[in-house]
Amino acid sequence: MSFVKITKDNFNNYLYLGVFLIFVSILDVFLNSFFSINFTAFLPGFLSFVLPLIIGFIGLYIIRIEHSGIKNLDIINKNINTNNFNAVLTLLIIFVIIKSLPPFLSWFIIDATIAGDTKEACTGTGACWTYIKIWLRRFVYGMYPNAEQWRINLSFISLTALGLVGFFATEKYKKYLTLYYVVIYPFISFLFIYFFISGGRIFFDFSYGIIAAAISIILGFFIPNKFKLYYFLIVPITFYILLKYVFFFEEYIELGMIEGLVWVETGAWGGLSLTFIISFFCLIFCFPIGMALALGRRSDFPLIRYICIGFIEFWRGVPLITVLFMSSVMFPMFLPQDVYVDKLVRCIIAISLFEAAYVAEVIRGGLQALPRGQYDAAKSLGMGYWKMHIFVILPQALKLVIPGIANTFLALVKDTPLIFVVGLLEIVGMLNLAKTNPEWLGFAMEGYVFAAIIFWIICYAMSKYSYNLEIKYKTER
Amino acid sequence: MNAKLKKIIPQLLTLTFVALVFGFFSYNAQLNMENRGISFGYGFLSQESSFDVQFSLIEYDGSHSYFRAYLVGLLNTILVSVIGIIFATIIGVIVGIARLSTNLLINKAAAYYVEFFRNIPLLLQIFFWYFAALRALPLPENAEPIFGVIFLTIKGLFIPAFVWNNLDIFLYSLLAAIISIIVIRSYANRLREKHGKQIPFLYISLGLIIILPLLTFLMGGVTLSFEIPELVQLAKTSFRFNGGLGLPPELIALTLALALYTATFIAECVRAGIQGVSKGQKEAAASIGLTPNQVLKLVIMPQALRIIIPPTTNQYLNLTKNSSLAAAIAYPDLVLVFAGTALMQTGRAIEIVSITMLTYLTLSVSISVLMNWYNKKIAIKEK
Repeated sequence: MSFVKITKDNFNNYLYLGVFLIFVSILDVFLNSFFSINFTAFLPGFLSFVLPLIIGFIGLYIIRIEHSGIKNLDIINKNINTNNFNAVLTLLIIFVIIKSLPPFLSWFIIDATIAGDTKEACTGTGACWTYIKIWLRRFVYGMYPNAEQWRINLSFISLTALGLVGFFATEKYKKYLTLYYVVIYPFISFLFIYFFISGGRIFFDFSYGIIAAAISIILGFFIPNKFKLYYFLIVPITFYILLKYVFFFEEYIELGMIEGLVWVETGAWGGLSLTFIISFFCLIFCFPIGMALALGRRSDFPLIRYICIGFIEFWRGVPLITVLFMSSVMFPMFLPQDVYVDKLVRCIIAISLFEAAYVAEVIRGGLQALPRGQYDAAKSLGMGYWKMHIFVILPQALKLVIPGIANTFLALVKDTPLIFVVGLLEIVGMLNLAKTNPEWLGFAMEGYVFAAIIFWIICYAMSKYSYNLEIKYKTER
Repeated sequence: MNAKLKKIIPQLLTLTFVALVFGFFSYNAQLNMENRGISFGYGFLSQESSFDVQFSLIEYDGSHSYFRAYLVGLLNTILVSVIGIIFATIIGVIVGIARLSTNLLINKAAAYYVEFFRNIPLLLQIFFWYFAALRALPLPENAEPIFGVIFLTIKGLFIPAFVWNNLDIFLYSLLAAIISIIVIRSYANRLREKHGKQIPFLYISLGLIIILPLLTFLMGGVTLSFEIPELVQLAKTSFRFNGGLGLPPELIALTLALALYTATFIAECVRAGIQGVSKGQKEAAASIGLTPNQVLKLVIMPQALRIIIPPTTNQYLNLTKNSSLAAAIAYPDLVLVFAGTALMQTGRAIEIVSITMLTYLTLSVSISVLMNWYNKKIAIKEK
C-alpha cells in the first residue's frame, strides 16, 4: 500500500478516510450481530465475510501516523495499532466481542426468567434463574433442616464480627492480636460450630467450660509471671477435661439432657456454608502445621529433617482425591474398633495435612530467601532457636511469602468440592444433586454458571486482598 | 557430653513419637482385618476382575486380572495427561506471550482469560464441560461433519483413523532422522564455539525430519490411508458411528478443562520468565551486533527458559495429579477403575489405596528428581 504517501501536510484528509473506514467495518459487524442485517449480502459469501476485516485494516493502516500531534490518535496508535499484525489482532478481538455479546446477553439477561416457582415459568430461550431462586436455600445450607437454618446464620454473623475485631483493636491490645487469632478465635469458632450448627449439649458443656475458666483464673493470680503463658495454655483445658470426664461424669449426665438444640448430623450439612466451614478450619490448621514442617525441614537434626522431608514429599506427591479416598476407606481401618471419627472431621484432617505440605514448601522458600546475616545477627544477640525464629526470622520470612501462602489458600478453597468423594455435598455437590431432580431436569448450565460466579468472587477477592497485604507489609531491603 | 545429649534427645523423642503412631495404626489395622477375616496381601492382583471398563487402550474385559485393570487405568491417566499437557502448553505459551503484548486489547484479553479460568475450581469446570456444554451437542444422526470427516456429537468426537502399512519402517526412519539431527546439532555447536561459524541448523533439521520419512513412502512401501467414521443405524432411533477413532465425551471434557485451567498457570510462568530477563541483557546483545532473531534465540530464550521450565514442570505434575478428578465424570482413569471399582469389589482398602498412592508418588518423585538434575545442569555457574 505504498501509494498512500502520508506526510505531515496531507494527513488530515486521510485521517477522515481512515476513521470512516473503521467506522464502516465495525458498523457492519455490529448490525450483522445485533440486528442480523447484512448490507454486504450482494457480495459472494467469503468476501462478504472478510470484508469488514479488510476495510478496517485499511482504515487502521491509514490512521497510523507517528507523532501526529493529536493526543487521542497518538494514544490509539500506541496501544492498539503499532504495526500491521497488531492492527489485525485488534480488529479480530473487537469483532469477536461484538459477535459474542448478543447471544450471551440474551441468554444471561434479556430472555432469562426469574419469576414463578415452577419449571413451567421458564419458557424463554434464556437462562432459568427461577431454578436458582427455588433451590437457593439448598445451595447455601445443603440438607440442613429449614427450621434450624438461623443457627448457621447466627454462627456465621457472630464469627465474622469476632473476626473483624482486629480492625478495631487499639494500640494497647494490638500485641495480643496474634494470640487471639491463632489460639482463641479458632477455639471460639469451634465452639460455635459444635454447639450451634451441630447442636451439641450447650448448657452442659458450656457450664464446665465456665467453671474451668473461673477456677483457673482465680488460681492464676498465684502463679509467677514467668510461667503464666504455659499455665494458661495447659491448665484450663486440663480442668475442663477433668471436670467433664472424671468428677461430674455420672451425676450431671441428667443435667445435659436439658432440652437444647436439635442435633444435626454432619451428613446433612452442605452447600456454600459447608464450603466455608471446611475452608475455614483447614486454613487454620494447615498454617501452623506447615510452619512446623518448614522449620523441621531446615532443622539441624538429621532425623527430624528426614522425617519432615518424607512427610512433605509424600503429601505433595499424591492427588487430593486419593487422600480423601484414604480418609474415607482406609483411615477407619487404622483406628480401634469402637472409635468413630466423623466424616467431616476426617475430611478436615486430610485436607489440612495435604495443604500443610504445600504451605511448608512455600514457607521454606521464604526462610531460604533470608540472608544469613539475619540468623547470625540474632545469634550474636544471644537468642536461642525459638526466640530467634519467633522474633527475627519468621516475621520476615512470612512477609516474603504472602503471595505464595495466598495461592495455597486459594488452591485450598478451590479444592473443597472434592469432598464429594466421602459423600459430603458442598455447593458443587448440591448442584449435581439438584440437576438430577426429575422436576428440574435440564438446568445444569444455570447451576454451574451460578456456582462459578460465586467461586470466582470469593477467589478473586482473596487474591486482591493478598495483593493489598503484600503492598502493606512490603519493607525496603 | 551435654551438647551431644541435647542433640540426641529431641531426635529420639520425634522418632519414638513417629514409631508410636505407626505402631498404633498398624496394630489396629491388623486387629480390624483379623476381625473381618481378611488377610493382608497383594495376591488378589492376579485374580479375575470380572468387571468391564468402557474405554481402554489395551485389550481388556472382565476375564482379565485386576493387574490388567490397573494397567488400563494407568494408561488412561497417562493418555489424558499427555493430551492435556500438549494443549495446556500451546495455550499457555500463546497467552503468556499475549500478556506481554504492546497491544492493549490483546494484553487485557489474555489477562481476563487468566483471571477468569484460574479462579474457578477445576472440578466445577469439568462438570460444566461435561454436563452442560457437551450435552448441548447434536445427536449422532444430526451431526454436521467438520471438513467432511470429523463428527462432534453428544456421544463423543469421531475422527478418521490412520491405517498404516509397514508402520515400523516409517518409525525407524523417524528415529534415524532424530538421531542425525542430534549429531548435527552437537557438530554445529562445536563449530560455533570453536570457529564462530553458524550453519543453518534449523533448516537442515527441518529438511531431515520431513525428507527421510517421506522417502519411505516413495521407496519403502509405506502407505497411509484413512478410515472415515460412518453413521450406522442400529434401531429405529438409535445411531452410532462405525470405524474411525472415537473419543468419549468424558475424555474431551476432561482434556478441555485440564488444558484451559493449567494453561493459566503456565501462562503466568512464561510471562514471569520472559520478564525475568533483564532489559540490559537485550540491550547488551543488540549492542554487540546480534540481529533481533539472534538476540531472542541466543540471549533471551536460554535465560528465560531457565526461569520458565522448573515451575512449568510443576504445573505438568499438577495436571497429572488433577487428572484424577476424572473419577467425578466416570472417565475410567486409575482412581476410578482401581481405587473405585476394584476396591468396591475386593474390599481391600489398604492394598489398593496404597498402590494408587504409590503410583502417583513414583510419578512425581521421578519427575522431581529429573527436575533437580536439570536445574543443577542449567544453573548459572558463578565464579
